[in-house]
Amino acid sequence: MNGNREAIEALGTYLALLALLLASIGFRWLHLGGWEPVGLLLIAAVQGALVILFFMRVSASSQLIWLFAGGGFLWIGIMIVMIISDYVSRPWWR
Amino acid sequence: MSKNRAILYEHFSDIEQQRETSTAGIWVFIGSEIMFFGALILAFSVYRFSYAREFAEGAAELNLLLGGINTAILFTSGLTMSLAATANRMGWKGSTLILLLTTALLGVVFLGIKVFEYHEDWTKRLFPGPGFNWTDSDSPQVQLFFVLYFIMTGIHALHLIVGVGVVVVIAWLALRDRIHAGHFMPLDVAGLYWHFVDLVWVFLFALLYLMGGTR
Amino acid sequence: MALPVQNYVVIDQGEPPSYLKEYTLRSWLLTTDHKRIGLLYLFTIIVFFAIAAAAAAIMRLNLLTPRGDLVQAETYNKLFTTHGVLMVWFFLIPSTPSVLGNFLLPLMLGARDLAFPKLNLLSWYIFILGGAIVLYALLIGGVDTGWTFYTPYSSTYSNSHVALMAAGVFINGFSSILTGLNFIVTTHKLRAPGMTWFRLRLFVWSMYATSLILVLATPVLAMTLTLMALERIWHVGVFDPALGGDPLLFQHLFWFYSHPAVYIMILPGMGVVSELICGFSKKRVFGYTFVAFASMAIALLGFLVWGHHMFVSSQSVFAGMVFSFLSFAVAVPSAIKVFNWTATLYRGSISLDTPMLYAIGFIGLFTAGGMTGLFLATLGIDVHVHDTYFVIAHFHYIMVGGMVMAFMGGLHFWWPKISGRMYPEFLGKMTAIVTFIGFNLTFFPQFILGYLGMPRRYHAYPEQFQVYNVLSTAGASILGLGYLLPLCYFIWSCRYGKRAGNNPWGAKGFEWETASPPPVHNFERPPVQTEEVYNYPPPSHEAML
Repeated sequence: MNGNREAIEALGTYLALLALLLASIGFRWLHLGGWEPVGLLLIAAVQGALVILFFMRVSASSQLIWLFAGGGFLWIGIMIVMIISDYVSRPWWR
Repeated sequence: MSKNRAILYEHFSDIEQQRETSTAGIWVFIGSEIMFFGALILAFSVYRFSYAREFAEGAAELNLLLGGINTAILFTSGLTMSLAATANRMGWKGSTLILLLTTALLGVVFLGIKVFEYHEDWTKRLFPGPGFNWTDSDSPQVQLFFVLYFIMTGIHALHLIVGVGVVVVIAWLALRDRIHAGHFMPLDVAGLYWHFVDLVWVFLFALLYLMGGTR
Repeated sequence: MALPVQNYVVIDQGEPPSYLKEYTLRSWLLTTDHKRIGLLYLFTIIVFFAIAAAAAAIMRLNLLTPRGDLVQAETYNKLFTTHGVLMVWFFLIPSTPSVLGNFLLPLMLGARDLAFPKLNLLSWYIFILGGAIVLYALLIGGVDTGWTFYTPYSSTYSNSHVALMAAGVFINGFSSILTGLNFIVTTHKLRAPGMTWFRLRLFVWSMYATSLILVLATPVLAMTLTLMALERIWHVGVFDPALGGDPLLFQHLFWFYSHPAVYIMILPGMGVVSELICGFSKKRVFGYTFVAFASMAIALLGFLVWGHHMFVSSQSVFAGMVFSFLSFAVAVPSAIKVFNWTATLYRGSISLDTPMLYAIGFIGLFTAGGMTGLFLATLGIDVHVHDTYFVIAHFHYIMVGGMVMAFMGGLHFWWPKISGRMYPEFLGKMTAIVTFIGFNLTFFPQFILGYLGMPRRYHAYPEQFQVYNVLSTAGASILGLGYLLPLCYFIWSCRYGKRAGNNPWGAKGFEWETASPPPVHNFERPPVQTEEVYNYPPPSHEAML
């Protein structure tokens, strides 16, 4: 609970987020074609993880909070995967 | 003066239980919000998968510079909010107030830029409806992109407005010494909400602005 | 955690006043006492139930004759929409959680109140606001889309007050979410010392599982209704085929919420039944751990089966097969519960009081309803019976034969605790039997009607179906009696009922160790859990012979 340590952690997280932002914008010049969305979402996921772990202090929180934090994302995942699989498996859908 | 003394509500047995309860409560709420935005992201994913080309065309029309600046603004506000929570727990009232008000101000700037962007889109006739105009023959799906764009960023903006309001109220309470080093949970809880709104934007920015390809 | 003695005031001069003592309007409308809030919900849902039941009565009267000459088709559509919207969102979903859950959860956990008492009161006011908007929408003309609001009818073609009603339901959703939030956090954080997770009451396990669904599913409904209403108002939207949108996406999103919603409705009822079976067999439930985990499994699996509402809607065949398989899987934990309840009865010291009659009725009717669910989960059969009265019979067996009977059983069981009075036992037993008979007469013919091909949501039908429709309407009038009677005798008992002691049933549980009705802060001294849950003494040797 050292105030200075917390402040440095927050600043470090901030700088990492900005760096990732620049990387994501610069991504398009790498011309990765089909892999581009994957890379962009990966960068977003890392940014998200940084916000959750450090700004939202989940890294310093109890197991219960880890469970709550992870639960919502798991549930979205279930919804997206199952519904998209319907559209993927419809031959008549574009 | 009750400054720096914890306030224990009567149905709790000790202050630690009360604080953990507050944290658990806001996280459950955030869980529900994740599902709320998740449904939107799902809709977007389905159509992005189905109409990749048209969606990329639509995305290319968005103002990447302003979107990027807005993302940086929200990150900065996340920093100031985080520092405000630290300052408050250290008992530094002045710093807490400045950081909270900066957070709120950054939120307002974000909203201002958003309004500017919306206006720009309106004049370029990209707002869906009878006024929508797209030169390419595949305009239906591009219009679908913009429908989702406006709904997703609009609902995010509503959450941000609420967030700004909450931060201002928290700042007021801190000014009046109703929030201080002993009774800090309301600020922490507001912070978690603020960071969540930031988190949503990270994904919205990636899905809406960045998928436009090089143009 | 240290024993929390220091924050409680121990009163040693006489009994602390009951939570019902103060009677000003202000003390009711500004209460943060979970017990009063539970009662506020009870009064409110009775009003919504009455309106929804009236709509059903008119429908059943119309269906007495095949020509449908009591009401016009459009009016009939508005009636079944009213019935569905009010019953689902303003009666069934809040009934056990917001009435019994609010009242009992802190008591069963040994807590003084829920984690967020003021949020609890806010939930009720939000519920009132949502209900008021829906009632207003009904008064100015109603909605004819069905409670399922399918696009494109709802988003584009209907001329009724869709957006307004959707707004009312949307707002009501927040009430659900906040209640679920409160229950989850309370269960994690406010348990009495010594109460580990596997010493929780099964009602608490059910409420916890229900609350997970409330928090994770309801927001999806909120977004779905928002998208539908936006499309309606804006005349352009994400379900519009003209833009490349898919109307079926609405159904995916709608049922992603609405299927788990039916588990929101039934899980609390199962929790009540577990309590009733244990309380009236004087025996620990058979396979406690299995029953507890079954609640969680139902909540989890319930999220994975929504596509079984869309088998014939142009979902892919692959998706259909996946959802059919998962729908069979979700029947398993429910079946485990039924087996375990039955096994609990074996060699129990059974007393057939009114609550127990409701519980046993539940087990039979829920099993019947559940098994017909498997019929519907079978792709081939569903093609035949989808959108017929078979579906209607199936869910009414579960919701009315199951859930409402469980709710009535719970009300009777905990009525002494809530009001401090006993209801008249003979009338109670008679009502339970009347309800059972009326229910079966109403809904069993509907299985036959559906199988023979009568479509649902039709105000007229081919003549050969008339006899079953007449039977169903006759049953409905008997069933109505079964709900009217308790309303009368519960009110009667508040003044003239026999005063109940702390534990009129001799059941195990923290709520039975405090006064009836409980004091405002629930317990004079905070209870400590020192024994296993449902720790009934084994039957005496004489009783075993």
